[in-house]
Amino acid sequence: MELIMNNLNVIWFILLCVLFAGFFLLEGFDYGTGILLPVIGKTDVERRQMINALGPIWDGNEVWMITAGGALFASFPHVYATLFSGFYMALFLMLAVLIMRGVAFEFRSKSPNRTWRKVFDYCIFIGSIVPALLWGVTVGNLIQGTPIDETMTYVGTFWDLLSPYTVLCGVAFILVFTYHGGLFTSLKTAGPVSERARAAALVTGVPTAIGVIALIIASYVCTDLYNSTLAIVFCALAVVCFLISWGATRTRNTKWGFLFSSLSIILITATYFAGLFPRIMVSSLNPAWSLTITNTSSSEYTLALMTAVAAVFVPIVLAYQIWVYWIFRHRVTEKDLHY
Amino acid sequence: MFEALDLARLQFALTSIYHWLFVPFTLGMTVIVAILEWTYVSTGKEVYKKMAKFWGKLFLINFAMGVVTGIVQEFHFGMNWAEYSRFMGDIFGAPLALEALMAFFLESTFMGVWIFGWDRLSQKTHALVATLVALGTNLSAFWILVANSFMQHPVGYVIRNGRAEMDNFLAIVSNGYVPGQFAHIVLNGSMTAGVIIMAISAWHLIRKSNVDFYKTSVKWGMVITLIAGSLGALAGHHQGQYITKEQPMKMAAMEALWETQDPAPFSLVANIDTKAQKNTGAIEIPGGLSFLTQNSFTSGKVEGIKDLQAKSEAQYGPGNYIPDVPSIFWTFRIMVATGSIMLLVAFLGLVLNAKDKLVENKTFLKVIFWMLPLPYIAQSTGWFVAEAGRQPWLVYGLQLTASGASKSVTAPEILTTIIGFTVIYILAAIAAIYLAVEHIKKGPDGQTIYHVEEKEEARLWN
Repeated sequence: MELIMNNLNVIWFILLCVLFAGFFLLEGFDYGTGILLPVIGKTDVERRQMINALGPIWDGNEVWMITAGGALFASFPHVYATLFSGFYMALFLMLAVLIMRGVAFEFRSKSPNRTWRKVFDYCIFIGSIVPALLWGVTVGNLIQGTPIDETMTYVGTFWDLLSPYTVLCGVAFILVFTYHGGLFTSLKTAGPVSERARAAALVTGVPTAIGVIALIIASYVCTDLYNSTLAIVFCALAVVCFLISWGATRTRNTKWGFLFSSLSIILITATYFAGLFPRIMVSSLNPAWSLTITNTSSSEYTLALMTAVAAVFVPIVLAYQIWVYWIFRHRVTEKDLHY
Repeated sequence: MFEALDLARLQFALTSIYHWLFVPFTLGMTVIVAILEWTYVSTGKEVYKKMAKFWGKLFLINFAMGVVTGIVQEFHFGMNWAEYSRFMGDIFGAPLALEALMAFFLESTFMGVWIFGWDRLSQKTHALVATLVALGTNLSAFWILVANSFMQHPVGYVIRNGRAEMDNFLAIVSNGYVPGQFAHIVLNGSMTAGVIIMAISAWHLIRKSNVDFYKTSVKWGMVITLIAGSLGALAGHHQGQYITKEQPMKMAAMEALWETQDPAPFSLVANIDTKAQKNTGAIEIPGGLSFLTQNSFTSGKVEGIKDLQAKSEAQYGPGNYIPDVPSIFWTFRIMVATGSIMLLVAFLGLVLNAKDKLVENKTFLKVIFWMLPLPYIAQSTGWFVAEAGRQPWLVYGLQLTASGASKSVTAPEILTTIIGFTVIYILAAIAAIYLAVEHIKKGPDGQTIYHVEEKEEARLWN
């Protein structure tokens, strides 16, 4: 108990890692499926199979992002303030396309008009690829460092967020999510679209591997990620998981492929969190001005309260979300289309 | 050209009002759909399942809009109000995180099950799922109102380390501001759903389509409107009395009461002169305000704006502590008037219905239909009173709105996002209204999702 009370901000740092890992794992395949939608969904029915595979779960998955944001606000309010006001235009862009995506899922198939459906297909595509890119760019910026002054205020512009490293990070996120989404679609649909999704995942796997290796090297050159031994371990494990995933998919064990791709996403998230610790946002102006778990955290009272609440509700949420995945475990055929 | 602060405020107002166009219907409709499903389970009458499906689908179009605008709502505290988030995060973040953990997960997860589970779950389980969605939406309202109530009436905090820190969570949850506000919001959500049901049903009854279905629906709509609306008005009245004690400046602004009076009159209308700080041409009910706030026409002191301003200056130092009186005065009256009209129409409709004369009375059915915009006007004006009446405070007595905005965000950036969001909101609203109208026109039996059978034209670029 004493151990918990003395390390509440560490616990919340880990909890944030869990929330972001859950978010990237779940929204990862949502985004990936959205990115692949126009490529492998050749007919309207096939597209709807893909959308309906996400149908019962995408909204619950998106809540992982919202909860991560809310938890950040509650546990490290200064990070919430600096990040969201500093990365202002990037966040605006992301919210704008997420609005388009959410509306598109719900509205697309409610009208038979072809142009209508085409427009919303584009919305789903853009609403998937842009957030994937921007989250990658964001994570890259957290570790590479952004101009943050001594008052915790971001003093750069939108363009300062885009460096070769952060853009590479964004591209790698797109690739990893696309691969992941291909596996999800392959598992959750029936018929030709399922086979095409597996093929797409295998093809995407190659540039994904190249992108991730480039990112691993770039992280060594541009950041201090590997000062943390734990980050090196997680990073190595992530690579191993990805290779197992690709191999399993190739030998038609798509289930194992998806499982290990999920693990690799969790490990990539853990790599960045381990590399950041105890910082959350690195200042490129002065290391002393970085936002850390000590200088940004909420009071002990609030953290203790939130820890108790999370201890009760995170398992409950997990339980019912798993139940929902179980209820909708079937492959989506053209017979069960609601969206 | 524009100050960043003004733009940030404009954006907050736009986002919140736009978000709130969709939320009340969600709050009410989830409860109604759950009740309809349980009624179907216990009576076995198909009409209730049909009603749950028809109104539920209309609600889905609305729900999607509420969800996507809600994400902006959650994140724009950090985007535009970073200094507020720093000062208040220790307290304000907790209810937001609780809302996400306890409510958003619940409603979003089970909403998916609700949509996709009709054929996969037993009717009872499906009704249970509907109940969980209703629980989720209303829990979400509770937590966000706990957060908002702190801004209106801060309790359970200490000022430490240059910020407000949580001292007593129970005090924050049991804030005296919460019960009245929560009841008012939730009940008026049900009223909103009731009005929408009765208005759309009336539209169909005028056209004599599906008369049995819409006859049942219009009755449900009117009963819900009358019951929830009356109770909601009572809750609002209770809240008014509470505000008189805890936020006297807001009450004084709502009534444009410049001088302290005992007993105080209620002005139905008035020509407000903010420069001279007095009203002309007011039509007054003597002692009316004292009665509303303290249950007595003959005695009951209500503090005036001038005295409250002097008090605030003595407490917080020089400054202008008076919110924008005319807009608050009038929006309050619009809210009360629209609310009363809806109640009256629902009541008269039920009387006609009891005499079995409603379905024949086209004129009155038209009146019912034109109630459609009223809940939206009432909801928007109501929140305007609550939020504008809090000014110039962001957190009453603790932080001024002027000191809550983000330092790193510039006016052109905010202007860009205001334009961007507005364009997207308008496009999404057009799509939503188009779908809703199509759905309403088709009625309960026209519920098919079309397959578009073509191989070539579904392609984008492959």
